[in-house]
Amino acid sequence: MSVPVTVNGDPQEIAADLKITELLHSLDITSGPVAVEVNGEIVPRSEHANYQLKANDKIEIVQAIGGG
Amino acid sequence: MTNKEDKALVIAGKTYQSRLIIGSGKYRDFEENRAALEASAAEMITVAIRRVNLGQNKDEPSLLQVISPDQYTILPNTAGCYNADDAVRTCRMARELLDGHSLVKLEVLGDEKTLYPNVTETLAAAEILVQDGFDVMVYTSDDPLVAKRLEEIGCVAVMPLGAPIGSGLGIRNPYNIRMILENASVPIIVDAGVGTASDASIAMELGCDGVLMNTAIAEAQNPVLMASAMKKAVESGREAFLAGRMPRRLYASASSPIDGTFF
Repeated sequence: MSVPVTVNGDPQEIAADLKITELLHSLDITSGPVAVEVNGEIVPRSEHANYQLKANDKIEIVQAIGGG
Repeated sequence: MTNKEDKALVIAGKTYQSRLIIGSGKYRDFEENRAALEASAAEMITVAIRRVNLGQNKDEPSLLQVISPDQYTILPNTAGCYNADDAVRTCRMARELLDGHSLVKLEVLGDEKTLYPNVTETLAAAEILVQDGFDVMVYTSDDPLVAKRLEEIGCVAVMPLGAPIGSGLGIRNPYNIRMILENASVPIIVDAGVGTASDASIAMELGCDGVLMNTAIAEAQNPVLMASAMKKAVESGREAFLAGRMPRRLYASASSPIDGTFF
């Protein structure tokens, strides 16, 4: 069973009860540190393995890039 | 050789040997950025916080794997933010991604064409961020009243622009920078507008505690060489400031004696 969410502005279907860690893994996000926000609230890295995503969650995954 | 001992540059309790801070934007690639950073001898570098590109190749390194937080002080910025809420949100994401690192560069812009700071939103964001435990280095206009207010709010450094971001126009209003310096009890770092080495020296000769630049190096024909020039420019400008310059005169003052002429 899958549920719709938004990841970085794009609609995606993810498995129901997916944890953030599993989402990051499925998106191949492995190089370098990231921060994750769900529905406007930052989810600390220490909670990624336990945090369960749900339908219509709005997820933002950010990194550090070049800037002035 | 300097007679006068220089006081160290201390920002948020950390001492820096270099008074030059550079950016990581507009480089051809990470390697050029890394080489320029090394040539500049800067110890602090700004980064931006943006969405991970979900299509990107997982084998490509990310910026922080090439320019390591273990070796350099990473200064996340709030570039692209036009209101206090976005800036505060960006700083919180940056702190999470950098494992609790609380030093941030606050910039809240007002206008896409000039990239001039929106000082009312900047003041609002600064209050929230300082309350939330951030060490805020704040980009602002060269208005002495705003600069002082930002210091009073609790920003750890105030960073007035020399000229618009990426304009390379140099220090457009040195007199305002001097006024800011006279009133300041925190480091004053010129941020934005530096175009070439002499601009950086001028900022330091005025008495600034440091200079932050990105485009001046990244858009030079030879960024690594310009980074080296900027290192020297900041050092020489600081020495000239400490040495105490000669006065300006309207008329000449001969350098050779009149006595003893044989003609």
